[in-house]
Amino acid sequence: MIAGTAVRPGAQILAVGGVRGSQRITNEQVAQAIDSSDEWIRSRTGITTRARAEPDVTVLDLAEGAARHAIEGSGLAPTQIDAVIFGSVTYFQQTPAAAPTLADRIGATGAAAFDLSAACAGYCYGIGLADALVRSGAATHVLVAGADKLSEFVDPADRTISFILGDGAGAAIVGPSSRPKIGRTIWGSDGAKAGFVGQNLGFREAFAAGIWPTLRQDGPTVYKWAVFTMAKIALEAITAAGLSPSEIEVFIPHQANLRIIEQQVKRIGLSSEVVVATDITETGNTSAASVPLATERLLRERPDLGGKLALQIGFGAGLAYAAQVIELPTPADV
Amino acid sequence: MALDKDNILQQLAEIIAEETGIRPEDITPTKSFADDLDIDSLSIMTIFTLAEDAFGVEIPDDAVKDLATVQDAVDLIANA
Ligand SMILES: CC(C)(COP(=O)(O)OP(=O)(O)OC[C@H]1O[C@@H](n2cnc3c(N)ncnc32)[C@H](O)[C@@H]1OP(=O)(O)O)[C@@H](O)C(=O)NCCC(=O)NCCS
Repeated sequence: MIAGTAVRPGAQILAVGGVRGSQRITNEQVAQAIDSSDEWIRSRTGITTRARAEPDVTVLDLAEGAARHAIEGSGLAPTQIDAVIFGSVTYFQQTPAAAPTLADRIGATGAAAFDLSAACAGYCYGIGLADALVRSGAATHVLVAGADKLSEFVDPADRTISFILGDGAGAAIVGPSSRPKIGRTIWGSDGAKAGFVGQNLGFREAFAAGIWPTLRQDGPTVYKWAVFTMAKIALEAITAAGLSPSEIEVFIPHQANLRIIEQQVKRIGLSSEVVVATDITETGNTSAASVPLATERLLRERPDLGGKLALQIGFGAGLAYAAQVIELPTPADV
Repeated sequence: MALDKDNILQQLAEIIAEETGIRPEDITPTKSFADDLDIDSLSIMTIFTLAEDAFGVEIPDDAVKDLATVQDAVDLIANA
């Protein structure tokens, strides 16, 4: 007979860290090549600048910075981390995976480590997994990193998506809690819509043609899905946490477009007092990094939000999505 | 039961008014969404998704992209 494992009553996010690409690219800088304008980009997306990393900074460098920041905030020793999840779509090597190298770089020696490909939903997928790993006893302290250097997937002449994309990494440490501080994750996918956002070509096809693939999307269709279908998923996550929309104090959606965020607030029926993350305006869309970066910013600018109930939702290419209600970390949790 | 076009116009005007703050009486058939009402493509997409629910019809995203006037929209819903 196989012996059982002691399960835990709950898990919590102990700390969140983040690093943005060091350059701030203005709308004027990206508008020219696509016959657009600062006014158009602001009014359709809310974006005023996007963060982009220097050419010699890799997605792993960004992730390492975010991970160190989160570990420092958690008060843990790196060796206490026994699982590392790296969510990204811009680590351009199939094998070996990035996560073992990330674990090694941050000193999480021997940790279980694997990559997760769920695009803009990557971080929220990772938090759902980390919650399950900690509660099941499979891990004790999990580092979840969401990192993307989307500038490497940009075609400056593409009008559909390139102008919104940025570079960054966010990370969270998930650990045990005496009560649940991460609600049940509502997650899923819709592969019938796989063609709506993603690479224009697979690597094999692109290389055969002697080109590097870049991203494309059907913006209006993705907009509709992001607003209406994701509002339903968000409501399911709120219900799964035993709450009602009026009890959500902070809303941290994937930072894709300010117009999507404003519509989601309305469609979910969040209260007029809810604090809404709008890191998109300065950072742009950083895919897997966007939710943790938005969280990092909120906690930095509003430390009083520690302990508040936050709804977070990631959604994007796949299409894939994940949402959960969390209690935001406070220094007292450490 | 198919709705007549006057009813569609009235209900659609209410949805548009709620979404944009434009007065329902200003939403008349010959008005252009972009030029007269200053409603952009993202708001149009929102309005038509709400209209799909309200009228119980399915409107393809591509058809929504081609709409110019309020009358076009009424016709699209009536024929959906
Ligand atoms: C990308 C997005 C901003 C495009 O806005 P949109 O209003 O839907 O754009 P449309 O494709 O309907 O085009 C509307 C008009 O704007 C123009 N346009 C499209 N992209 C443009 C751009 N980048 N700059 C200037 N004009 C643009 C079109 O030519 C069209 O003009 P026309 O009416 O004269 O023909 C928007 O669809 C969006 O944000 N979608 C959500 C996608 C998203 O966030 N994806 C990430 C999820 S991970």
